[in-house]
Amino acid sequence: MLNCKFLTLHSVFKNRLIPAILKHNKMSGLIGKKIGMTSLYNADGQALACTVIQAGPCVVTQVRSEEKDGYSALQLGFGEKKEKNTTKPMLGHFKKANTTPKQKLVEFKYFEEEHELGKALTIQDIFIEGEFVDVVGTAKGRGFQGVVKRHGFAGVGGQTHGQHNRARHPGSIGACSFPSRVFKGIRMAGRMGNNRVKIQNLRILKLIPEQNLLVVSGSVPGSKNSFVIIEK
Amino acid sequence: MSELIKLVEATIENRKQEYPEFKAGDTINVHVKIREGNKERVQQFQGTVIQRRNLNDVGETFTVRKVSNGIGVERIFPILSPSIAKIELLRRGKVRRARLFFLRGRQGKAARIKELKTTK
Repeated sequence: MLNCKFLTLHSVFKNRLIPAILKHNKMSGLIGKKIGMTSLYNADGQALACTVIQAGPCVVTQVRSEEKDGYSALQLGFGEKKEKNTTKPMLGHFKKANTTPKQKLVEFKYFEEEHELGKALTIQDIFIEGEFVDVVGTAKGRGFQGVVKRHGFAGVGGQTHGQHNRARHPGSIGACSFPSRVFKGIRMAGRMGNNRVKIQNLRILKLIPEQNLLVVSGSVPGSKNSFVIIEK
Repeated sequence: MSELIKLVEATIENRKQEYPEFKAGDTINVHVKIREGNKERVQQFQGTVIQRRNLNDVGETFTVRKVSNGIGVERIFPILSPSIAKIELLRRGKVRRARLFFLRGRQGKAARIKELKTTK
């Protein structure tokens, strides 16, 4: 029932202007590079923080089909790479698509139209201004962090009442002789960041097709010049 | 900063040249557009500029301070904000610093700023 409802929505809006979260993991999209942040004004005169992404043109490097691979998808490539830094098997892969070697390859499972091998997709083909997209990136690495920063623990909260060196400590990690062990999955200090993060429902504020620029509201995971995947 | 970011920032309408030149210590009158539903009206905010930040950047802002019914009110405006209809320069002030936060602790006569008189 729910499925049907969403599917009709899907066809009515033709995949546009509805939040990506309603769209059943189906995704088309592009690969891009984070350029940096700035601010723009909306119609009400409010300043909005926004991120500039250079997305595409992405080349179709492989077409996955139901018959051959068991699922349909498009593999897109983005970013130039030197031929000498590419392995011979990969060189052959790119040669099939009749393109130069690409740095980043990503598969997208859903495209409205069929696309040929070797075709270059630009932001104009995929996105329109005002619609919502999800952006995936690799978060900046934070190194070994304590529980306050890593998991949002509150810490002790005061320096008096007998505390002297444990203001940011996690406190108890379990009970006593029962269960006499620490449960799996207890949140503790450790490596933080450098993981894949998806930010959902960022609005596209602006498209500048000449420079392949995409401006989304809000922030996007990762450092400048890092690869991001824009899904919709 | 990246050229590409500058390209995006260039799409913001820049009306800075229409405004008079002003700096900390000056008294200005800012006409602010306010939208209430479908109606739009203009409100004025008159006071002393106590700072200008991030000069010549898209994030540039200025802070205006006035004393309203004995209560100090400060308002921060982004200079590129489309809600600013007009800025009038009413009086130039003679001050020796760029940030006039010391005004916050002063009242009445002590909070006055000398007028800057340019010699002809």
